[in-house]
Amino acid sequence: MDTSEVIKIEGLRKSFGSLAVLKDISFSVQRGEVVAVIGPSGSGKSTLLRCVNHLELVEAGSIRISDSVMVKDGVYAHADILRSACLKTGLVFQNFNLFPHFSVLRNITEAQVRVLRRKPAQAKERAMSLLEKMGLVDKAASYPCELSGGQQQRVCIARALALDPEVLFFDEPTSALDPELTGEILKVIRKLAEEKMTMVIVTHEMAFARDVADRALFMDGGRFVEEGGAAELLDNPQQERTKAFLRRFGGQ
Amino acid sequence: MAKMLGIMFEGMTVSLEVFFLTLLFALPLALPAAFGRMSKNWALRKLVTLYLLVMRGTPLILQLIFIYFAPKYFFRLLFESFSGFIESEGFWNSLRFLLSWDRFTAVIIAFVLNYAAYFAEIYRGGIEAIPRGQYEAAKVLGFTGSQTFVRIILPQVLKRILPAAANEIITLVKDTALAQVIGVAELFHAAQNASAREFSTLPIFVAGVFYFFMNWAVSYALTRCEKKLSYYS
Repeated sequence: MDTSEVIKIEGLRKSFGSLAVLKDISFSVQRGEVVAVIGPSGSGKSTLLRCVNHLELVEAGSIRISDSVMVKDGVYAHADILRSACLKTGLVFQNFNLFPHFSVLRNITEAQVRVLRRKPAQAKERAMSLLEKMGLVDKAASYPCELSGGQQQRVCIARALALDPEVLFFDEPTSALDPELTGEILKVIRKLAEEKMTMVIVTHEMAFARDVADRALFMDGGRFVEEGGAAELLDNPQQERTKAFLRRFGGQ
Repeated sequence: MAKMLGIMFEGMTVSLEVFFLTLLFALPLALPAAFGRMSKNWALRKLVTLYLLVMRGTPLILQLIFIYFAPKYFFRLLFESFSGFIESEGFWNSLRFLLSWDRFTAVIIAFVLNYAAYFAEIYRGGIEAIPRGQYEAAKVLGFTGSQTFVRIILPQVLKRILPAAANEIITLVKDTALAQVIGVAELFHAAQNASAREFSTLPIFVAGVFYFFMNWAVSYALTRCEKKLSYYS
């Protein structure tokens, strides 16, 4: 097993009723790599992330996360293995999904204490160092409803990072934010990329994808249409479908 | 006057017992009922739906009468049908004991069954109002199903359902007056007795003041709870 590949996906299929959303998806992510997944709405990008994070079940194919085989040829592993596989990934949601009844600090410590069984003092220390990194130390005692969207999204990133995932997924992390707040989040992601955090980012921020990602995947109709170096794919797409999609963004 | 107030305070004690015992049993019992109502198991869901339909579809006063008298009729039916076959007196005596409860117990059973039905629907509304994203975030962070429910979902449900539950709790204070229909000497029963004895409607209105003050206290307590939970939105 090649563990330099943090994610290895083969032949993934998924449909909602009669609608096939993922049609034979295969790809892998190397440790330390940043991959951008782009494509029109409804192309299956989010569903793909949700399948890898076990929020949706696949019908066929295999998913391996680091050394845990989550699904093999459409057959899911035992619940214990699934849980440990899921803990190796982190997911940042489009609409944050922070726990509104917990303070910012407790949002970040709760899973550390309850799931990883860390001591509360240790969990707090980890949370505070992450908050410092996110520039939110002064918000530790605040509640999510008191924060701006950008601040909430940074807390969501800190919450995911606190469990030390091997790979972090972003599901359109800036789609719910205005351009100014988007900048805040992109800055944080860029910093994580510099630290060699493995990340898979579903995004509509083409300039950002070109700038921060090593590799880009263009997805349409449940398939990868084109794949390549991020700058290459975005500046010089080969497929007609990719060209057509990017032309609309270029017009902006 | 002092004697009348004494009797009415005694009646109020009974009313308060009914009130607190009902809450004590109905609030927890409503949770499994709410889960049954949302269950994927068809039979369980239909069974709970039927229970809710009956409890919310018939008058509480009728349920009180039914729960108090039904076991007694049931015993008589069994006795008349089978006393020819089973002649042991001990058997019939112990069956009679099993199939009878005193008035107060009947009141508690009826109130608990009735109020649990209303609370179950309130819980269900609260649970279904929690966005799916909360479950998804909890799952991605590795929380188990029970941790998710107890630590993430339930606290948010409590905040959401408090105003609706408060409504029911205030109604319960007034509904305790129905216990008199099977002869439990609660506040309204005491007031009516005093009224008949003294040829005066005054005790009835005094009872009204008692109910009002009880509900004032209940409202105050519930408002405090709501304020305590208002630290987030």
